[in-house]
Amino acid sequence: MPSYLLKRLLTMGITLIGVSLLVFMMLHLIPGDPVRYILGDFATPESIAELESRLGLDKPLPMQYLHYMAGVIQGDLGTSYVTGYAVMEEIANRFPITAQLAVYSILFGSIFGILIGIITAMKQNTILDQLVMVISLIGISAPSFWIALFLILLFAYHLGFFPISGYKGFYSLILPSITLGLGTAGNIARMTRSSMLEVIKQDYIRTAQAKGANLYRLIFQHSLQNAMIPVTTLIGLQFGALMAGAVVTETVFALPGMGSLIVSAIATRDIPTVQGLILFMAFLFIVVNLLVDLIYTKLDPRIRYE
Amino acid sequence: MLTKTETNVQPAKWDEMESASVSFFGMAWKKLRKNKGAMIGGSILLFFILTSVFAPVLTHYPVNEMRYDETLKPPSREHWLGTDEFGRDIYTRILYGGRVSLLMGLVAVSIAGSVGVFLGVIAGYYRRLDLYIMQLMDILLAFPSLLMAIAIVAVLGVGLTNAMIAVAISVIPSFVRVVRGSVLAVREKEYIESARALGVRDWKIIVRHILPNIASPIIVLATLQFGVSILSAAALSFLGLGAQPPNPEWGALVFVGKSFLSQAWWMTLYPGLAIMLVVLGFNLLGDGLRDALDPRIK
Repeated sequence: MPSYLLKRLLTMGITLIGVSLLVFMMLHLIPGDPVRYILGDFATPESIAELESRLGLDKPLPMQYLHYMAGVIQGDLGTSYVTGYAVMEEIANRFPITAQLAVYSILFGSIFGILIGIITAMKQNTILDQLVMVISLIGISAPSFWIALFLILLFAYHLGFFPISGYKGFYSLILPSITLGLGTAGNIARMTRSSMLEVIKQDYIRTAQAKGANLYRLIFQHSLQNAMIPVTTLIGLQFGALMAGAVVTETVFALPGMGSLIVSAIATRDIPTVQGLILFMAFLFIVVNLLVDLIYTKLDPRIRYE
Repeated sequence: MLTKTETNVQPAKWDEMESASVSFFGMAWKKLRKNKGAMIGGSILLFFILTSVFAPVLTHYPVNEMRYDETLKPPSREHWLGTDEFGRDIYTRILYGGRVSLLMGLVAVSIAGSVGVFLGVIAGYYRRLDLYIMQLMDILLAFPSLLMAIAIVAVLGVGLTNAMIAVAISVIPSFVRVVRGSVLAVREKEYIESARALGVRDWKIIVRHILPNIASPIIVLATLQFGVSILSAAALSFLGLGAQPPNPEWGALVFVGKSFLSQAWWMTLYPGLAIMLVVLGFNLLGDGLRDALDPRIK
């Protein structure tokens, strides 16, 4: 196990270096000069040269990258061209909102999805099963921004239960979490159902049932834990989708999270902010995937990492 | 007796072998036809493809014609799905928008499919390149796909074509992974080894023997990714990074509609419904194809 962990951490490091190199290269290929963008059309050659030197843009690209990475290792992701604040500070301010949104959505999606999955697996091939599966498929197929708009119209605008937009504490995260969690719930429900059905067919379950064991006890004591192995992978994979989904959801609900920041940073060509945010999100995604792999061993003792 | 039996053994004829391969897809088609979900999905898609192609026949309103005396009109006999803030007919815009949205999906999946299949085959067949290609894919997979599309749009600039390319690039890694896995499973088969032993060239083995045998997972993935691509392209347009108004792409229509949501819900409801139905169609068809093309499922 420790050697596996070490190997994974090493690959993670290589992937992160690759990610940083890719993001750095991509964003430095952007047509248009950021210095000109910051100073406007009437900038003098002196002021342009001065700002270029201050931002380190007068150095060759490999040097700029090394300088940037030296900063990243020390937790410095550069300074926003637009606000003048440190990107890390901006991320630290906005991360709690995105993190809360992700956690609530995962919770909503998992609880709802697993419950639906269990119920439909137990009632396989009934009208209830088919109806719920069609609804969950619709949940996966509907664009989240579209669902968000109608949730706002009904629950915030007409009924006044929630704020229409902006962050005003926990209440303002309920509708966004439902929006973001619906797709997750649909996916988890489908996966839970199929893996439950697979487990229910296993010989040991049939034997236990033949011996007269209670079906509900069987499900919660034996089937669910085994059925949860593929579901856990999916929850981990959904985390990535959630982070991308947060970009859209935060924009619709005007939440000051990392997702809405990235959209506004792209609009203003704030390269350090876009770069820092993408790097940070990719880092989170990789770490979560590693954690999911490690959770496997707890769920299924047959899985051993060498 | 023995000699007689021996003389009766004939090598398989080409047309028999061909008919065997036809019967695999024939059987798959039979299975697909019995799958209600796949048939519903296919019908939804056929409906949207036909309405997009025959848009000029199905409506008499020009797609971008503004009528200031008919702004924000709710659904009626004249305007089945209402009008927008410039008095344009929403039904007409959805019909024409289908051309853009479906084309975006088609272009994205075609680019991603071609590049993904090429890289996947190379990685799976030539093992010495495998490590490099898969390491690159791991790097690309470290970005959630929509986030990657957003980053690419940041580089290429906002617009319809760039959004299409961005979505295509973000989908490539999933194709590479699936194709590589399938090639790895096929390349160890005896018929491939025999072909290699006979001195058949690599490209011939790949084209004649490997690609036809990994077609099923590629077809299923392409169908499912079609829906995902349309959804991603719509999300980009909704964020203002993809198709720009007055382009009637469905995501862009929802983007415009959100500003008038409380006064004219129909501007948002119907284009979103169109996106949902088309994506649902691809998901249903993709699920059905997966079952139909899997020889293990009877």
